[in-house]
Amino acid sequence: MSLKFRELKIGDSYSEQICKNLSRTQIVQYAGASGDFNPIHHDQLYTEHVAGYPSVFAHGMLTMGMTGKMLTNYVGDGRLTSFGVRFTAQVFPGATLTATATVTEIRQENGMEIVDLVISTVDEKNVEVIKGHASARLDP
Amino acid sequence: MAIKRFPIEAGHVMTFARAIGDNNPAYFDEANADQEEDKVIIAPPTFVEAGAHFNPDYLLRPKIGEDWFGSGKTPRNETSSTRNKIDRNKHSSGLHAEQRYVYHKNLIVGDVLSATTKPGKSWEKKGRRGGKLMFSELITEYRDQNNELVITATMVGVSTERAATPKE
Repeated sequence: MSLKFRELKIGDSYSEQICKNLSRTQIVQYAGASGDFNPIHHDQLYTEHVAGYPSVFAHGMLTMGMTGKMLTNYVGDGRLTSFGVRFTAQVFPGATLTATATVTEIRQENGMEIVDLVISTVDEKNVEVIKGHASARLDP
Repeated sequence: MAIKRFPIEAGHVMTFARAIGDNNPAYFDEANADQEEDKVIIAPPTFVEAGAHFNPDYLLRPKIGEDWFGSGKTPRNETSSTRNKIDRNKHSSGLHAEQRYVYHKNLIVGDVLSATTKPGKSWEKKGRRGGKLMFSELITEYRDQNNELVITATMVGVSTERAATPKE
């Protein structure tokens, strides 16, 4: 499953809810899998009293990873040529996030068809938590 | 940072995919592929972050026999030597501002990566509350067992400097 050059046009977009009521447990799961055990992502005592944040919050890379799920569901497996994001707001437990990719360019590069996408992930209050770009190879 | 050996293992890829809430069979079921030559398990696009497990010097992981800087009975472990290391290291006391990947080839289970990191650009911006925001890039190249470049990752960290104390 992948996108087809002939069927795609500038302005096309794809959205997916990538998490609902984000749990502290999922953040812990990500800490374990990624190896990033920074206490600000799971240790409420430390985060409140030492780091000075209201609560533990998700790794930026968890939000990027979940945004990547939307992206691979849209462009297909093993198709990405680049993926880059800016983290524009922290994501706290309880967040419900929706990620969107919008086609900005369809072009040829080294004999391959490439789609350029702009990416935005927002929370339930429509606050943007990730802003980014990606490119992927297309089928003819 | 340097990682000598980062083996891409099936269980690790499955665990990582679960953590990002992705149940795509491409990440755990090699029988899923239509074509015989495609019968491999691929890694999700951000999987190389998990290379932290294979970095012996990674500061954000408790080390056996060393005190950890997170909470035990009380919020802060004052005796932790890791805390002191992190306080001295601006990169890890700051926040993650940006992350970019360039994919040169697909990362699959069975690959064995190595990684080297070098500093990239650095710049400053004035923060909304008057302090200085200091941005710096770290560029990591992940190469496979044949020394072929698989992924180039650019991490942008941001750390803050307190606003200068107003003069009397």
